[in-house]
Amino acid sequence: MTGLLLPLPILIAFATAILAFFFRKGAEARWISVAGSALMLAAGAVLLAEVLASGPVAAQMGNWPAPFGITLVADTLAAVMVVITGLTAVAVSVYATADVTREMEDLGYHSLFQTLIAGVMGAFLTGDLFNLYVWFEVMLISSFGLLVLGGRRVQMDAGIKYVTLNLISTILFLSGIGLLYGVTGTLNLADLHFAVQSADPGLVTVIATMFLIGFGVKAAVFPLFFWLPAAYHTPAFSVSAVFAGLLTKVGVYALIRMFTLVFTQDTGFTHGLLLWIACLTMVTGVLGAAAQSDFRRILSFHIVSQIGYMVLGLALLTPLAMAGAVFYLVHHIIVKANLFLVAGVANRVAGGNELDRIGGLYKGAPFLAFLFLIPAFSLAGFPPLSGFWAKYVLVKASLDLQLWVVAATALAVGLMTIYSMTKIWGRAFWAPHPGGQVPTLASLPASARLSLLLPIVGLAAITVLIGLFPEPFVAVATRAAEELLDPSAYLTAVLGERP
Amino acid sequence: MEFLVALMVGALVAAAVYLMLARNVLRFLFGLVLISNAANLLIFASGGLTPEAPPLVPYGAPAPDPGVANALPQALVLTAIVIGFGLFAFALVLIYRGYQTMGTLDSDEMRLAEPEDAAK
Repeated sequence: MTGLLLPLPILIAFATAILAFFFRKGAEARWISVAGSALMLAAGAVLLAEVLASGPVAAQMGNWPAPFGITLVADTLAAVMVVITGLTAVAVSVYATADVTREMEDLGYHSLFQTLIAGVMGAFLTGDLFNLYVWFEVMLISSFGLLVLGGRRVQMDAGIKYVTLNLISTILFLSGIGLLYGVTGTLNLADLHFAVQSADPGLVTVIATMFLIGFGVKAAVFPLFFWLPAAYHTPAFSVSAVFAGLLTKVGVYALIRMFTLVFTQDTGFTHGLLLWIACLTMVTGVLGAAAQSDFRRILSFHIVSQIGYMVLGLALLTPLAMAGAVFYLVHHIIVKANLFLVAGVANRVAGGNELDRIGGLYKGAPFLAFLFLIPAFSLAGFPPLSGFWAKYVLVKASLDLQLWVVAATALAVGLMTIYSMTKIWGRAFWAPHPGGQVPTLASLPASARLSLLLPIVGLAAITVLIGLFPEPFVAVATRAAEELLDPSAYLTAVLGERP
Repeated sequence: MEFLVALMVGALVAAAVYLMLARNVLRFLFGLVLISNAANLLIFASGGLTPEAPPLVPYGAPAPDPGVANALPQALVLTAIVIGFGLFAFALVLIYRGYQTMGTLDSDEMRLAEPEDAAK
């Protein structure tokens, strides 16, 4: 039964993609997409329950034994990521029923979206390095398609930058895989854990740095993040939301996986480098956000600064810090996707995303203003929302290691986040509309209003829920962290008992 | 043999970097094609180049005889070539559409998504 459980989310996503492709000319495709996402969420929940009950589960594809065949494996982190991916997919596909234009649907928006989710799920569940590369490509090619769907001029410009930079990172990643195979003779992640210990440590560190750069581009860390704010503000809002929520987090997930399971020999160098990267990412991201004057571009720069927090957790490599990183990952996917969805509604009712050209949202649409404040405050780290606990754990972890400067940076970046959020609040919500109109939610068609607001309310409710009752979530994050730092259960699940 | 392939990888990467430093996006794409081929050769070389027998399983046997070439790097490179082909076809069409809509191939003039007066 567990053998079927692991590939199930990926299979559901692909089946939905194919079905949606056949029905793309009708309105059925959007509901197929919603139904497929809901099924995925259910499958993910069953998987998570299984992993929490009996530890990491693994399945060998084609029944080849572990180091030779392709392994699918889920530990607590992977299972949690699958659930959260399903949740994001449900929210965004409901939102997309009202957000995506007829023309984009005809071109196969829903199929591309589901293929993207399949790629993300695959990347979380695979236990094989080359397979990870293949899932990355599935994810990338569908994200390329989604990014330029609609074909506005600004999308072409953003697309060229996004595509070229991502291709470079892919090539670096592929070269790293080739060299690692040459050094160790295996590509199974669990097998690599043992194989790199007998390899030349200098060579392994060089390869680790190649992976760091390759995944670093995908995760948009300093100084490799420039493609992100250049691209994420141009496509449809539901596309932006799923990119912002999920795509960069796959890079972070890959970093966490590789730098806890495989590259743990020279932590003084690799994780020291990660610590610098984390701090600089936080600072440059938030400074970039402060300089922008477009709703979605501010949010895009915030993604960069928040990635810094997750990398910080990985760099510190203590149980508490890893738990913080996992907690942050989950919290940030929900909050960030939600903020982009709010930006989409604001764009609809106020007629733009340039902060100079919109305003009066608080007066005209107070409910939307309230819905904006929840994820915005959570992102900045206000209690009692989910972001507060995520930041609290990470700051506590760096204080435990007596890294005062790091803790101070994390806190200062939180303050700066509030500053740039007040910029959005002040100009888009509080100030009167420059055109003199009063944007109201009633200006939306009644059917669209429900599909647009329901996901936002749902995600905001989850944010509040995590904030008010953090214990079970922290417990799961702590368990994920323990499994990452001591992967013996993971190794046994994949390879069987070792002498 | 490995030495010669390594030299070739180096030459390809050097040419690729030269092309990718150009402002012309099409040249950049050609650089990407070169560097991805360099990566494929790198996998091939690091997997070990040996003048062994082809990795064929004799009829009825469960595994190939010892002393055959390692087939895995070839499988990896084959997958990478297929994926790379798809990506480059997409990128080429994208750049063509970009040229049609923006009327330029100069990356310095592509400022639509990040206008210079946006940061204020």
